[in-house]
Amino acid sequence: MSIFLNKDSRVIVQGITGGEGTKHTALMLKAGTAIVGGVNARKAGTTVEHGDVTLPVFGTVTEAMAETKANVSVVFVPPAFAKDAVMEAIDAEMPLIVVITEGIPVGDTAEFWAHAKKKGTSRIIGPNCPGIITPGEALAGITPATITGSGPIGLVSKSGTLTYQMMFELRDIGFSTAIGIGGDPIVGTTHIDALAAFEADPDTKAIVMIGEIGGDAEERAADFIKANVTKPVVGYVAGFTAPEGKTMGHAGAIVSGSSGTAQAKQEALEAAGVRVGKTPSETARLMREVIAAL
Amino acid sequence: MFEKHGVPVLRGIVADTPEEARAAAEKIGGVTVIKAQVKTGGRGKAGGVKVAKTPDEAFDAAKAILGLDIKGHVVSRLMVAEGARIAQEYYFSVLLDRANRSYLSLCSFEGGMEIEILAVERPEALARVEVDPIEGITLAKAKEIAIQAKFPAELVDKVAEVFVTLYGVYTSEDATLVEVNPLVLTEDGDIIALDGKVTLDANADFRHPDHAALEDKAAADPLEAKAKAHDLNYVKLDGEVGVIGNGAGLVMSTLDVVAYAGEKHGGVRPANFLDIGGGASAEVMAAGLGVILGDPQVKSVFVNVFGGITACDAVANGIVDALDILGDAATKPLVVRLDGNSVDKGREILAARNHPLVTLATTMDDGADRAAALAAK
Repeated sequence: MSIFLNKDSRVIVQGITGGEGTKHTALMLKAGTAIVGGVNARKAGTTVEHGDVTLPVFGTVTEAMAETKANVSVVFVPPAFAKDAVMEAIDAEMPLIVVITEGIPVGDTAEFWAHAKKKGTSRIIGPNCPGIITPGEALAGITPATITGSGPIGLVSKSGTLTYQMMFELRDIGFSTAIGIGGDPIVGTTHIDALAAFEADPDTKAIVMIGEIGGDAEERAADFIKANVTKPVVGYVAGFTAPEGKTMGHAGAIVSGSSGTAQAKQEALEAAGVRVGKTPSETARLMREVIAAL
Repeated sequence: MFEKHGVPVLRGIVADTPEEARAAAEKIGGVTVIKAQVKTGGRGKAGGVKVAKTPDEAFDAAKAILGLDIKGHVVSRLMVAEGARIAQEYYFSVLLDRANRSYLSLCSFEGGMEIEILAVERPEALARVEVDPIEGITLAKAKEIAIQAKFPAELVDKVAEVFVTLYGVYTSEDATLVEVNPLVLTEDGDIIALDGKVTLDANADFRHPDHAALEDKAAADPLEAKAKAHDLNYVKLDGEVGVIGNGAGLVMSTLDVVAYAGEKHGGVRPANFLDIGGGASAEVMAAGLGVILGDPQVKSVFVNVFGGITACDAVANGIVDALDILGDAATKPLVVRLDGNSVDKGREILAARNHPLVTLATTMDDGADRAAALAAK
């Protein structure tokens, strides 16, 4: 078991012929993912080769779904065209849309999120995220599949490299699913969505939640944990040293006035019974204690 | 920007000197308002807005305001605007609502007060209306906002039209905030946006080539400006340990770990945020090191890279080549922590090169500790 993605997932890549799309299609295949095709309107009818795998390129997402029974789309389309690509996938009722693209104007994301919400037939992960990996089964995104394997920990994080760091720290234990929800001000899947799914997943025994400055997603996740999560949760928040009013790399990582601080997030999580590490290594130590006590 | 989208504003002329302010006031005639052009709020309170009855008063007001430090922004430019006889003041804004993943309009019939204070003291006077990002603020939506904000019936149509133009600014310019405070009713019965603030989404710069001209280059930190010229994601902080890493989350975390390590080494702090992204090529590494070593406060540098897709040998080669490119300009000790993809090859490359300035760390904590110790020397 796992959340949102497993060995039966059938994945297409929007932007399969671009540089990033090509590189990561190869890596996703290598991770065991059932990639069944790609979409590029200008190259419809052609194919792309990856070793001994030949993948069809379709003109539209609807066509790709009809021909391949795909139920996941990974989007590598550049920022200027990403909104149209995601809108197309939503209109095609793609069940899971993973938007890797960094640098999408937040107004575009607000629009495709509003559309997805109204339609109610797609889950969106991202944008500006590393995607989702169920180790040993499938990868929809850019998380390195070589860090670690399958295990009892569920991970949800705003940050890609902190996800990798935490998977690396706990590589001997392994993960059920690791999901990078993205660092933009608006994302399709929240910490809460992932926590709820991990709580319901029998193979996930403990959860590590990684947050960072900006917004109040961690505070709301803390409230959710208190009310709904029975599995142990270990937390980490990055950005204690971030100054007010400066964007720290991720478009959403900004402390505005007194809101969005790492301190407030840590306190909210601790008040909800989450053990919060001061550093990634301490967080990993806390998770080891949790796993040992299971 | 407001004028371009049909928002009613008073005539204004930009001035950089008291003389220019006097000339502008003469041209406009009558009472003028002299306003600091700085990219922060609260300028009225800081003495950045003055009323002038004559061109000579405009000269004096400009002299007083130019050079003021408003929340770290030094005033180098003014707006000389036509004075208005104000009958009433209102508040209007539209902004990105992160929590609800939507847009939100805030509006009040009671203006002239700081909106944060109004929201706390008299929340019932502040209308909060969700705006659907696809539908936007139509005339009907604008009227709904005006009615909820308790505008009297005879004013609803008039202000609603202005709200629609302000939403035009929000979407056409890719803003995340358009705020008008105050929106005024003049004694002549006109609705005018007297003062405003717009926050733009940098991710949308690609479709707004004109936005680059709005940037106040003189006010930017010189190191931040240099980093930006190299397309580097850099934020200057007040500390001694330069930090380079890949990925925003890992770099933020590295700053924290350095600050904790610094507590044991005389309180040294991280000197900057610098995310070199996934690629970490020699050129990017050299440009990044160049910026950090240009910071006179920096005493040591911590390079913290987790090789995900990027292989550590490529990163190690990047560091070695960067040191060659910099030559004698590389003067500060470097602590390097590599982990992940091809880490053994990466460490071998650095060990084989045996550069006198470079120390290899085994973990992120170890690297932060070593870098902090070097900075404390």
